[in-house]
Amino acid sequence: MQYFIQQLINGLTLGSIYGLIAIGYTMVYGIIGMINFAHGDIFMIGAFVALIVFLILSAMFYSVPVVVALLIMMVVAMIMTSLYNWTIEKVAYRPLRGSFRLAPLITAIGMSIALSNFVQVTQGPRNKPIPPLISDVYNVFGISISLKQIVIAVVTIVLLTVFWYLVNKTSLGRAQRACEQDRKMAALLGVDVDRTISITFIMGASLAAVAGTLFLMYYGVVAFSDGFVPGVKAFTAAVLGGIGSIPGAVLGGLLIGLIESLWSAYFSIDYKDVAAFSILAIVLIFLPSGLLGRPEVEKV
Amino acid sequence: MTAISDTTTRQASSPYGEAARQALWAALLSFGLFFFFIGLESTQDISNRLILQSHWVTLAIVVALVALGRFLFIAFVIPAVDRRRANRAPIAVVDEKDQSFIRRHRFKIMIALLVLYPIFILSTAGLQGSLKWVNNFGVQVLIYVMLAWGLNIVVGLAGLLDLGYVAFYAVGAYAYALLGTEFGLSFWILLPAAGIMAAFWGIILGFPVLRLRGDYLAIVTLAFGEIIRLVLINWREVTNGSAGISGIPKITFFGLFDFNISSPDYILKVLPESIVTLFALRPSGAYYTIFLYYLILALAMLTAFVTIRLRRLPVGRAWEALREDEIACRSLGINTTNTKLTAFAIGAMFGGFAGAFFAARQGFINPESFVFLQSAIILAIVVLGGMGSLSGIAIAALVMIGGMEILREMQFLKIVFGQSFTPELYRMLLFGIAMVVVMVWKPRGFVGSREPTAYLKEARAVSSTFTKEGHG
Repeated sequence: MQYFIQQLINGLTLGSIYGLIAIGYTMVYGIIGMINFAHGDIFMIGAFVALIVFLILSAMFYSVPVVVALLIMMVVAMIMTSLYNWTIEKVAYRPLRGSFRLAPLITAIGMSIALSNFVQVTQGPRNKPIPPLISDVYNVFGISISLKQIVIAVVTIVLLTVFWYLVNKTSLGRAQRACEQDRKMAALLGVDVDRTISITFIMGASLAAVAGTLFLMYYGVVAFSDGFVPGVKAFTAAVLGGIGSIPGAVLGGLLIGLIESLWSAYFSIDYKDVAAFSILAIVLIFLPSGLLGRPEVEKV
Repeated sequence: MTAISDTTTRQASSPYGEAARQALWAALLSFGLFFFFIGLESTQDISNRLILQSHWVTLAIVVALVALGRFLFIAFVIPAVDRRRANRAPIAVVDEKDQSFIRRHRFKIMIALLVLYPIFILSTAGLQGSLKWVNNFGVQVLIYVMLAWGLNIVVGLAGLLDLGYVAFYAVGAYAYALLGTEFGLSFWILLPAAGIMAAFWGIILGFPVLRLRGDYLAIVTLAFGEIIRLVLINWREVTNGSAGISGIPKITFFGLFDFNISSPDYILKVLPESIVTLFALRPSGAYYTIFLYYLILALAMLTAFVTIRLRRLPVGRAWEALREDEIACRSLGINTTNTKLTAFAIGAMFGGFAGAFFAARQGFINPESFVFLQSAIILAIVVLGGMGSLSGIAIAALVMIGGMEILREMQFLKIVFGQSFTPELYRMLLFGIAMVVVMVWKPRGFVGSREPTAYLKEARAVSSTFTKEGHG
């Protein structure tokens, strides 16, 4: 039982990271209907910016409180990934809006290849390990919970609350939801569609940057190729939860994290990704629009 | 580099002020983007700790180049494009008979050139020098042409977005590699077997996803591709895991002679003495490469031939109808299940053929050759070529894959950037950027129009803007 709860906690930690990335996929899909393949690499860029900021901080100051360091890393990473995602949207996706469906998908895949190789060229192909930022571990009823996991949980909950408020209670969120339902109608009613889409990309990128920072803190290592696998899993999570649905993305992320850690704990660690992908396929075959997604209505 | 402000505000009279302003913005933006990545580099020091290294000069050069590029683009390229657009005459309808000899026979000429290519290379570069050119540019490009033509059946004709096509390539490759090394069967028996096996997997993977559409289909096919790769990595008893399978037998010429120098059936030993002495043939690896070239050319031509013929069959028409409107298809009584499954199976079969050929050519395979990136490259070729157009896809494969191979040859860049510069590192970076640039420049691919297969009175090329996914 203790072992099970232990794995449950590990899975939820991993799932929060997937969930944060998945929101970016699901929002972009909801608003312009494209799979933003480069989002996983935006996550990787976020982790790299956090790494470099950490190195700057540790080179310039003798010691910085961990909380302050983490906050600075997160904020700088958010700004940088927002800048990247904003630029990518302008350069690669906006000219193709209204083109046929596969065109933005191809530019997104191209951007993903370009971004990961850009980081490989400029930062080198090797893994980048950092010394552990936080190493405290607490024992509660025989279950060990590390402070890292608590930090991830707290940050995720705080961010999701802020994010929920933004989407549901502000005029920006209303504009977003309007664009999601009908872009043309929203434009007719005076919503600045281009600006709303840009802000959607920025929000998605910020969440991915936080996920990247948490990833770096949790695993203590990052490499240029680390964008792809978490990216695909996060996208899987978004689809599993019903793409376009933000609570669905979080739910899907937590589920994928749980499946992965429970599968590696009880069956085999080699096949954990196979399990995650198989469950995705099975869920979609029986629930073609995901767990919380709206069923697609065919209009003739 | 970036479209900072809306380009509709450009003025026709004096674009320089606007260009300077835009260049400044581009410089600021690129400084922001590249500060952490080009300006600072995280490297390990002697004690393996990460330290930062600054490259401010490189950063300054890159930022200046971006600004300059943006200035030139706004000041000169856009006005030039506008002028050309304004002066362009309306496109005249050209009658098939009035076209020049070259235009009318362009496909025959293209095929003739492909057949003559190794002979031309042999006569200019010699036996050993030809190896690189035939192998890297001929065989490598043709493998991708064949794969893209195979995927074109699924994506371009049937309109089913498949992001896991490389799985079938892997099935074909492992089918040949395993059966060839374990049972010593010949390539000519295993080639159809690999195709059938891949087609079988196409049906197995196609069956559950029949209900899914669009992007859901895309993500499930991606997941299947990854599952197959992960199984290949982890099922070590059979596939030997990441270490891969080596010693895959070479292809023989239908069992008549082969290309192993030590074998009694080596090509030079089997050929009549008089021919060997007449041409002064020496033992060389080039014969095998040239043989492989013609083999993959024949396989690719088979793919093209089957595709062209299938488009005229009821099943091909059903694919294209399915791509344009699934509901209309169903209401006309087309069995969408069978239509989709045949598309998956036939597309997968050609992937399997290409896979078997790939395994035989490499002599060694491991799961690293079948990553998602390969699927992405093949799909990119299909879309960049203008989906559904065979010649466009061939051009796209030549540009993208040939371009990557050319970069390998650009050793003179070392003189410009210093000895530590390795052009190979930048291959995939440039490939990704090229994908974005070509797509933004020509969203419909290289060949934007296409002859219809069914017409009322006369065939007229249809602009791709009138059709949904591809154009037919």
